[in-house]
Amino acid sequence: MSDSPLTSPFIPNTDDDRAVMLAEVGTSAVEDLFGDIPEQYRHPGLALPAPIPEMELRAEMTALAQRNFHAGEHPSFLGAGVYHHFCPAVVAPLVTRGEFLTSYTPYQPEVSQGTLQGTFEFQTLTAQLFGMEVSNAGMYDGASSLAEGALMACRVTKHSRVAVLDTVNPRYVETIRFYAQPQGIEVYQTSPTSPELQPDTACLISQYPNFFGAFEDSQALVDLAHEHGALAVMSCDPTALAMYKPPGAFGADIATGEGQALGIPPSFGGPYVGIFTCRQEYVRQLPGRIAGRTVDTEGRTGYVLTLQPREQHIRREHATSNICTSTALIGLWATIYLSLMGKQGLRHVAELCHQKAHYAASRIAELPGYSLPNDDPFFQEFVVACPKSPAEVSAALQQRGIVGGLDVSDRYPNGMLLCVTEVNTRDQIDRLVDALAEIGR
Amino acid sequence: MTSMPDTPFREEAHDRRRLLMERSRPGRTGVTLPASDVPPQLMPEQAMLRDDLQLPEVTEGEVVRYFTHLSQLNFSIDTNFYPLGSCTMKYNPKLNEAVAATPGFALAHPAQPEAQVQGCLEAIFTLQTYLQEVSGLPSASLAPLAGAQGELAGILTLRAALDARGDGHRRKMLIPDTAHGTNPASAAMAGFQVISIPSTSGGDIDLDAVRAEAGDDLAGVMFTQPTTLGLFDRNAIEMCRVVHEAGGLVYGDGANMNALLGRAKLGHFGFDVVHMNLHKTFSTPHGGGGPGAGPICVTEVLAPFLPGPIVVRRDDGSYGSEMPAQSIGRCGASQGNFGVLIRALTYISLLGGEGMLNISGNAVLNANYLLAKLRSLFELPYDRSVMHEVVFAARKRAGATALNVSKRLLDHGFHAPTMYFPLVVPEALMIEPTETESKETLDAFIETLERIDAEAAADEEFLRGAPYETPISRLDEARAARRPELRWRPAEE
Amino acid sequence: MSVPEDRRYSKEHEWALAERDGLVLVGITDFAQHELGDVVYVELPKPGDRVTQNAQMGEVESVKAVSELFSPVSGEVTAVNDDVKNAPELLNESPHEKGWLIRVKPDDPAELDSLLDAPAYAALIE
Repeated sequence: MSDSPLTSPFIPNTDDDRAVMLAEVGTSAVEDLFGDIPEQYRHPGLALPAPIPEMELRAEMTALAQRNFHAGEHPSFLGAGVYHHFCPAVVAPLVTRGEFLTSYTPYQPEVSQGTLQGTFEFQTLTAQLFGMEVSNAGMYDGASSLAEGALMACRVTKHSRVAVLDTVNPRYVETIRFYAQPQGIEVYQTSPTSPELQPDTACLISQYPNFFGAFEDSQALVDLAHEHGALAVMSCDPTALAMYKPPGAFGADIATGEGQALGIPPSFGGPYVGIFTCRQEYVRQLPGRIAGRTVDTEGRTGYVLTLQPREQHIRREHATSNICTSTALIGLWATIYLSLMGKQGLRHVAELCHQKAHYAASRIAELPGYSLPNDDPFFQEFVVACPKSPAEVSAALQQRGIVGGLDVSDRYPNGMLLCVTEVNTRDQIDRLVDALAEIGR
Repeated sequence: MTSMPDTPFREEAHDRRRLLMERSRPGRTGVTLPASDVPPQLMPEQAMLRDDLQLPEVTEGEVVRYFTHLSQLNFSIDTNFYPLGSCTMKYNPKLNEAVAATPGFALAHPAQPEAQVQGCLEAIFTLQTYLQEVSGLPSASLAPLAGAQGELAGILTLRAALDARGDGHRRKMLIPDTAHGTNPASAAMAGFQVISIPSTSGGDIDLDAVRAEAGDDLAGVMFTQPTTLGLFDRNAIEMCRVVHEAGGLVYGDGANMNALLGRAKLGHFGFDVVHMNLHKTFSTPHGGGGPGAGPICVTEVLAPFLPGPIVVRRDDGSYGSEMPAQSIGRCGASQGNFGVLIRALTYISLLGGEGMLNISGNAVLNANYLLAKLRSLFELPYDRSVMHEVVFAARKRAGATALNVSKRLLDHGFHAPTMYFPLVVPEALMIEPTETESKETLDAFIETLERIDAEAAADEEFLRGAPYETPISRLDEARAARRPELRWRPAEE
Repeated sequence: MSVPEDRRYSKEHEWALAERDGLVLVGITDFAQHELGDVVYVELPKPGDRVTQNAQMGEVESVKAVSELFSPVSGEVTAVNDDVKNAPELLNESPHEKGWLIRVKPDDPAELDSLLDAPAYAALIE
């Protein structure tokens, strides 16, 4: 039997079509259309594997996925900025409707009202959740959102230093450096217990709750920033904000967050959506897309991308950011999740996280060899000092069918950052406690 | 018989577009959640908590009907021809979605130890090698989260290489006047001074202008090949030579890679860094404005400076991720938009090397077919064979401006081309058909443009009112920008 | 296109009107507002700031463009038209009257002589 001839399920042109079209173009071969490429560069050869039919490819990819040890099959107590939360079954089919999934950035508002109104809903719900005046349409992720927040603070204050607490996610700090340093902005770290701000500081950046799960004196930090003529920038966990005072209540000027917690699958690191909120007075300094409400020629309410002169396609090298394609679809995911959860549901989720995490922490604290090095109030994450190296503990947990926490031994001796959310049942927590006890012996 | 007045329908349409907070009724919910199954724990002190949270209270059925209705107000590739130039709106295979949703991928956590995520790491590694092969460059980082972030990461990699060899004084970045706005914006964010370079009357980069800037303060050039004019720039190879000779480096914007798949490799032309848009060339869905992914490929010289982490294959056959020796750092918290990467890997694996050739061949043929059939309707500023897209100037018929033609196309179920870009072409209409459209669709599009031209000929004013058939007519953008309303607010505020 | 005779014009399409008390009122021309289209936002200096002839003093945004504003005179800003900040459409509706931008105490009133008179400006925008 010959090879399958069906190798291009996405290309409609037949040989006959091509012949007719080439005749219209005035040439005889597709190859001729590439005549502007000098001959020595043409057809370099492409060493890619032969096509794999869908049936076989699906099986191969499933097999590859099964090589991962993952939370679909094993209880996970890993967080550190990316969280396993329950997401109702209805979200994915709505988000992946082709009309949302396969549309472009809404440059033609007359035929993009779905995306634009969805974005307006995202801006509304995130602004309310964060207790802030305005939100943009979303950034790539929580880290880049925070970094752009630092840049915006520099534009607003015309200062060129950025202070970051040493309890902020270290990967976020690296991302801030990635964005800020090429522009000559100095990034320095300070401690939440005795924060010191240098002159010319544009903002003080804190995380809420911090990377180690704990709450700091956010009011004092915001006030300190303002006393020094700096903005207060807070990176917040959206789930925690269903329960705890939002950044707006402390007087934060810019508040960002990782939207992944709003029911979005961890997906090994992305795509997520960065939340970016701020005071109304800074809107013309915002990075990224923004949807606004207006009317059409007949007075009907509609939505458009607005405040566009901030953006790269107009202001080019003077734009507030280079951001173009962002993560609208993930913003839509978060919006639909929030609309289903509602004020009661999200609050309940947050309280479940709190209850279960505190139950787990109190049980682990009783185990011989284990202790909790922090006594600050915490939400759903806490550091455990283990009797062995976290790497060993993590490997031993894996043998027992459990995904362990993050190794933070660079900060706390034998420290492991554990996370417990509403998806962890009491049975799973008890299994974790038993396993840790066994490993500690 | 008189037709029904359309007011009742409009009111209903308005009602269906009520915002979530306007639909909210206390006591409704869209979710079921379990009670706590652990012994009660102390709650935090009251002063730490909030009591002001406002979120919608609606049922699941209401949410489904609302968002389904919203979706139906959109044009999309799944429903319409979407010839938006430079955006490569090709069909997005559903297999990609199914693979990305596989629990082993979707539920893998980015902070898990390497030993637990070998499947993800292998997938990234494989895609890395494929993209290196496609670009003709030996090293890659898949960390950048979108095309523009790939640009920033790529240009910072370039800058780090200059700095490391003692060329930190080189800060001049040349950018053609046809470039996408992200290029100058990225260059500025990377700390470079942007110098705009004109194009020749033939649509190629002006080599004399490049030579005039090729001094010892030259950092390099950011260049899109094929260009945003849809042309293969015939001067670009010489431009690379001139820039290299002056001690600069060349950044290649791979936004238009769809035209070159298997036909030529950017690395062979002398580009030192290239970014690719997986959401264009490699069929991952655009999602109404993302997510995307913007991997970058570089020469051996630039590899030590790449953003990380980068997946490596170890001697024992296992995979790990590492930061390059002199890395410019991290562009986000994780190792890239894995969910987008896995879709692109699926696409390339399904089609294979020969599939790549079919993509570029048919994409370029479709664009040239449109050029041949539409040249009588519009001015053609650069009269030569094009690559993946064709740029016209809508200046032949009064009233048939780029804006008006675009808006009228919407009435016929076609998304508009990219308008007024590139900036060097007045009344630009930039049309990119992609390889996934049939001749029948292209013919219907051509016929529609001919009808629109006839409409403009009959009545100069007619197109100014378009669109007439869409869910909403032209919107007052000035009002939106003058007094920005960026969120719903309760009536009493 | 309206080009009032009572004032002077810069090549950058700003006007300068000498007032009786020695101050100078500054705005953009009818031609400029027409070219810009719907003005949506104006960024202006604050009272007390200094402006310099032919140097940038602010920005004006339309829906899809941004343009720099250049001062036609050097001096100290004594007043800013808050009305245009709140209602930028005044620049379109009344560029020469209600849409004025700033009032300047000029360093050298003779500087106005270096600007174009109305016929010369009208010729420029022909």
